[in-house]
Amino acid sequence: MSNGATASGATFKGYRRANGTFGVRNHVLLLPSVMCANHVVDLIGRKVPGVVTVTHPTGCAQVGADFEQTKRTMAGFAANPNVGAVLVVGLGCETNESKALADEIRARGQRVEVIGIQESGGTSETIARGVALARTDCPVSALIVGTECGGSDGFSGITANPALGFASDRVVAEGGTVILAELPELVGAEHLLAARASEPVAAKLYELIERVEARARAMHVDIRYGNPTQGNMAGGLTTIEEKSLGAAYKGGSTELREVLEYAERPAERGLVVMDTPGQDIEQLTGMVAGGAQVVVFTTGRGTPTGCPIAPVIKVATNTAMFERMRENMDVNAGAILDGTRTLEQVGDEIFGWIVEAANGREPAAETLGFHDFAINRIGPSF
Amino acid sequence: MTGRFLASHMPLSDDGAALRLKDNDDVAVALRPLAPGEEVRFGAQSIALCDAIPSGHKFATRPIAAGALIHKYGQMIGRASSAIATGQHVHVHNVEGVRGRGDLAETSA
Repeated sequence: MSNGATASGATFKGYRRANGTFGVRNHVLLLPSVMCANHVVDLIGRKVPGVVTVTHPTGCAQVGADFEQTKRTMAGFAANPNVGAVLVVGLGCETNESKALADEIRARGQRVEVIGIQESGGTSETIARGVALARTDCPVSALIVGTECGGSDGFSGITANPALGFASDRVVAEGGTVILAELPELVGAEHLLAARASEPVAAKLYELIERVEARARAMHVDIRYGNPTQGNMAGGLTTIEEKSLGAAYKGGSTELREVLEYAERPAERGLVVMDTPGQDIEQLTGMVAGGAQVVVFTTGRGTPTGCPIAPVIKVATNTAMFERMRENMDVNAGAILDGTRTLEQVGDEIFGWIVEAANGREPAAETLGFHDFAINRIGPSF
Repeated sequence: MTGRFLASHMPLSDDGAALRLKDNDDVAVALRPLAPGEEVRFGAQSIALCDAIPSGHKFATRPIAAGALIHKYGQMIGRASSAIATGQHVHVHNVEGVRGRGDLAETSA
């Protein structure tokens, strides 16, 4: 005993590990067994935000006590209780054999996976395997898919939006949720949605639509001065009613289950409507704030926008724009007009893209790094 | 079944140049740029275009009286602001919206 200190029973909020140790951090560690795997570890780390990567100049052409100390350090570092799980990445021909290192880490009671670059077939395949390990099987019913159209044209309501509606029906059939938004762009089509809703849900939809029109009355403006936009009109859209009838196709044909305020999280599964403006970025932000993990965005004129935290899949309404803005587009619904694909085929492609994006595939807007964010204001600053 | 469009409820003109979304619509959509004088056939009906119709834009498939409601998708998309002849371009110059017309609201005192 020194200085008379006694136990107080103090505790901390930590992480209890299966092997009986306690961590004060909860890292996922990416560890190369050899310096030849450093770059792949870094690249996996860039694609899986939140993991911790280390790189080092050791693991090959080592012998004796020096090699033993290297192995002991790697295994011990990886088994530290502050680490919840480890991915060992090896090359395949190194002295410090990656599977043996993983076995040693596992023997210390740590969760560990191991992949090899030579065995995986090269850099990209190893990265893909490493990224895939960070993911686990999740049901499509857990997805909330936001739908959006921006830069619409006369083909939006004929190709891309009905194809997206087909995909929306598939998401709902899986038990998932689809958000239809852009309330001003449902003016003139609300009766079609209300006919597919319970009485209280229909009443709320009519109330929100009336709110849009009341705003136009209060300002003594024709909505058409701002929506359809000049670009929409150049593309052939004449009135808000016409734009709305085409836009409403995005939600598919299932029952309307719920009507949400801006950025409100759905309580129901299935098709829901959210009160957002037609302004692309405010809408995108509202749907993602409401829980959408994936967004599908149809466009006729060509809108590059994307979200900082959710993949946004771009569907072109016409082939000319798809070709002109190839780097910004993911799916060409113009193929329906060209007669090369059916609406159902494009709908299946969009559904496939939704699942692939959920698996980690990056649509163009994500690869290009778009990170648009804007909050819809409903009153002035004071 | 044809590879083009989803279905029978979207009648295509005979040469595929235009699409009428519902049989009873007042307008059809040009699927490529159409020139004045071009004939578009929907079965027995032949429509001679009076105007150039840009791709994605609409033309009248029957005469529309000034003030009459105009239908596309089998639904109302607006009102004719002047009389429109069969084959004429149907757009902002001769169609006005019915909904969202705050400009027509009575000014309160």
